[in-house]
Amino acid sequence: MRTRFHQSLDDLKEKLLRMGGLAEQAVDRAIEAYRLRDAALCQQVLEGERAINTMEREIDELALDLLAMQQPMAVDLRFIIAIVKINADLERVGDQAVNVVQRVMELVKLQEAELSADIPRVGTVASNMVRTALESFIYARADVAEQVLKTDSQLDQLNAEVYHAMLKTMHENPSLTSQALNTLLISRNLERVGDHATNIAEDVIFWVRGADVRHLFGSQAANR
Amino acid sequence: MGVGIEVRNLKAWYGSSEALHSVNMSIAANQATALIGPSGCGKSTFVRCLNRMHETIPGTKVDGTVMIGQTDIYANGTPAVEVRRRVGMVFQKPNPFPTMSIYDNVAAGLKLNGFRNRHRLDEIVEKSLKQAALWEEVKDSLKKKSGASLSGGQQQRLCIARALAVEPEVLLMDEPASALDPISTGKIEELIDELKVNYTIVIVTHNMQQAARVAGFTGFFLLGTMVEFDKTEKIFTNPSDKRTEDYITGRFG
Repeated sequence: MRTRFHQSLDDLKEKLLRMGGLAEQAVDRAIEAYRLRDAALCQQVLEGERAINTMEREIDELALDLLAMQQPMAVDLRFIIAIVKINADLERVGDQAVNVVQRVMELVKLQEAELSADIPRVGTVASNMVRTALESFIYARADVAEQVLKTDSQLDQLNAEVYHAMLKTMHENPSLTSQALNTLLISRNLERVGDHATNIAEDVIFWVRGADVRHLFGSQAANR
Repeated sequence: MGVGIEVRNLKAWYGSSEALHSVNMSIAANQATALIGPSGCGKSTFVRCLNRMHETIPGTKVDGTVMIGQTDIYANGTPAVEVRRRVGMVFQKPNPFPTMSIYDNVAAGLKLNGFRNRHRLDEIVEKSLKQAALWEEVKDSLKKKSGASLSGGQQQRLCIARALAVEPEVLLMDEPASALDPISTGKIEELIDELKVNYTIVIVTHNMQQAARVAGFTGFFLLGTMVEFDKTEKIFTNPSDKRTEDYITGRFG
């Protein structure tokens, strides 16, 4: 019986990784869609959301079944709790990718403008955070998860730079307000992706170490 | 009121085979403490050392200190009978005296000790059956029905009432619900929760969910040693020892 249970845990892990792959792909496509002003790629991201939502439900159902039928303890219990929470964050990552492409579709309709906002850079940092968080999950590496926590402030900084630059653009060149506003919102959505990656990393640390590191800052979190 | 139990370097033997290897434990007063571990790990032997039941088996030996409150129960001059009055025990299989009435089952311990005041005896029987949550079900047939005529769950509560009648300070329970259906098990677990207000309870169980539900502290035994002892929520969410984790997650045992 217990062997079957541990196989189910492996299934759950595999499903979550597929879910993670879909969410990661959605973010990467959204960044690419921005870079290329590509409406077709935007469409792909919108269509991909359904698969992510389906997957989210499947994972929650399996997790709930295992909680009810197997009454897991200790590391198994922490693992399932972490999965349920990571699952919700990945679904939100998918939502943020959709938000980004909706802004990109607005931008495509507008005249192209040279803006001093390095969205691909913001996107790369955010996407790397998701990738690293998932990697820490695959290998049960709390130390890798900690790297994600440390990167979050860098992403916040990049987002703040875009915000101030776009505010300046809107002041100085009001005809570019729509472009600047959409760009600012894209940056904000990508910053949110990083927040979800941070949550995922915290859940991995909880699973592996049994320590709750949420809402601790910097070195305090790393010392736990 | 319950009293605390201090166990120091407790060793126990069956013949030449050492079944407990220097166990140390502080059991808090008025708490339920669960002991878990695979069969043969020594947890039942351990509880049987807490009321000097172990020595009733021929060829056995005990070494170390067990303090029940201020009393060193293995010190010279401490009578075993007195220890067993202060430290009651309930076993896995309900074992009421089959030919005795419900009343006599509960009163047996007191009568054996020469207690003869009928009025006072009535009071104690009623109080004990109430504490064991059995009074309402049996009050009309106390002297008419035999203990053996009750259901398994009722018999187990009768045995608890019998143990409580002599006013112990500690109640040891060795798998008290493993032979019972879920409803009777639920009643015993609720009872443990109520009884710990007045008694110190030590419960041996194979059912880890049961330990998690009833006990404030849990000890994990393996191969005659106590591997880990901590708050129950710590043991079941994040145990410190790998062996504890492997056992409670079903990776061995």
